[in-house]
Amino acid sequence: MGKGAERAVPTAEPAVGTRRYASLCPPYDPDPRYTLRMQQHHDHAHGSELSEMQLRVRALETILKEKGYIEPAALDELIETYETKIGPRNGARVVARAWVDAGFRQQLIADGTAAIGALGYGGRSGNHLVALENTPSVHNMVVCTLCSCYPWAVLGLPPLWYKSAPYRSRAVAEPRAVLREFGVELPAETEIRVWDSTAELRYLVIPLRPAGTEGWSEEQLAGIVTRDSMIGTGVLEPPAQGAR
Amino acid sequence: MNGAADMGGMHGFGPVEPEPNEPVFHADWEKKAFALNLATGVAGLWNLDAFRFARESLPPPQYLNTSYYGLWVVTLETMMLKHGVASREELAAGHALAPLEKAPRPVTAAMLANMVRCGSPYDRPALAPAKFKVGDTVRARNMHPKTHTRLPRYVRGHVGEVVRIVGCHVFPDSNASGAGEDPHWLYTVRFDGRELWGPESDPTVRVSVEAWEPYLEAT
Repeated sequence: MGKGAERAVPTAEPAVGTRRYASLCPPYDPDPRYTLRMQQHHDHAHGSELSEMQLRVRALETILKEKGYIEPAALDELIETYETKIGPRNGARVVARAWVDAGFRQQLIADGTAAIGALGYGGRSGNHLVALENTPSVHNMVVCTLCSCYPWAVLGLPPLWYKSAPYRSRAVAEPRAVLREFGVELPAETEIRVWDSTAELRYLVIPLRPAGTEGWSEEQLAGIVTRDSMIGTGVLEPPAQGAR
Repeated sequence: MNGAADMGGMHGFGPVEPEPNEPVFHADWEKKAFALNLATGVAGLWNLDAFRFARESLPPPQYLNTSYYGLWVVTLETMMLKHGVASREELAAGHALAPLEKAPRPVTAAMLANMVRCGSPYDRPALAPAKFKVGDTVRARNMHPKTHTRLPRYVRGHVGEVVRIVGCHVFPDSNASGAGEDPHWLYTVRFDGRELWGPESDPTVRVSVEAWEPYLEAT
């Protein structure tokens, strides 16, 4: 038997790693709109990745349930929680409270985890929360260059752009250029603090309260706080005349 | 490790394109990928740091050409193989082929709800006083471990200022390898943009990272 044949029939199991993995599941042909590299718009999740991923996820779910690791109905409620219950409305309530209640604002700055806990928020990706207050001279902006760390407890799951290579690569190096892509133009002298979430700390930006909202109720204020303003890629504009 | 996940400062990825009225998930399989990942975490099959290390260990071309939740799926497969939860034959067949000798305690909806409500705090009792204090000038070590680390390349070797003592936290570099939590003091360290990106860069930019004490040295 020649050497080539010996190599073709390995007798020992190779260590589990990416090489062995690659032979199991070779890289598929992804929709370029859908990958981390280019990604972004994918109004229609397209062809090859969708069907392949459907099959692979179904296999994982089936195996884990058949072996008894997960109860068959365990996943639905979790998915529903993040689709309907935990999202940026939570953070908007925190921000609105901080705008109208100076004592709460102080507590939020001093101990973000305790302050959001007082409003009933916390837990997963919210155990160590730090609130960052924007001022007329300092603008805060949050990123996770290594992946996707994000304050789920107050903002829900992150949008695709937050997890994408363009944002992760550029937010720390040219935040002003990134902000322009969100339609945000800050004064040239504004200090921009970019917070790269490299540990289990999670950040919530408290945006500047827009002029023209004097006398608004907490609930009305919560209604104008956008998700992006709490990440730091958005600012809040004064409301149109008569809007409230 | 110096993998494809460590993207800060890279060029060539193009503009950020926010999607108006973006849904939480873009396909049903993403929902399942998300939920399965959290459920296997609750099952205690591996820890979050080990999962992150497996994900960033994917070859860079594959990492960059895979969607976000696609990476979760690939990593889940890798971890299930590595920990003997499934065989390659089972992944290919899409079914369990051999029953477990000892049935695990199955993860329930109530256990998942509890995980969402309680989370998993990463702070631990301190075993020694913090070495640095707020205001100290520190240098991020010039280190390139092939194992898991949370010190991004773009700050290594650079000098910054401690702006917050976070607490004593689980050390991912140790936890990812199964060597235990080995908690260390964690700091927020702020760098001037010009220190990181050179004298031509925007003078109004400050960038901070969270850094464990072993990542830092006094200047």
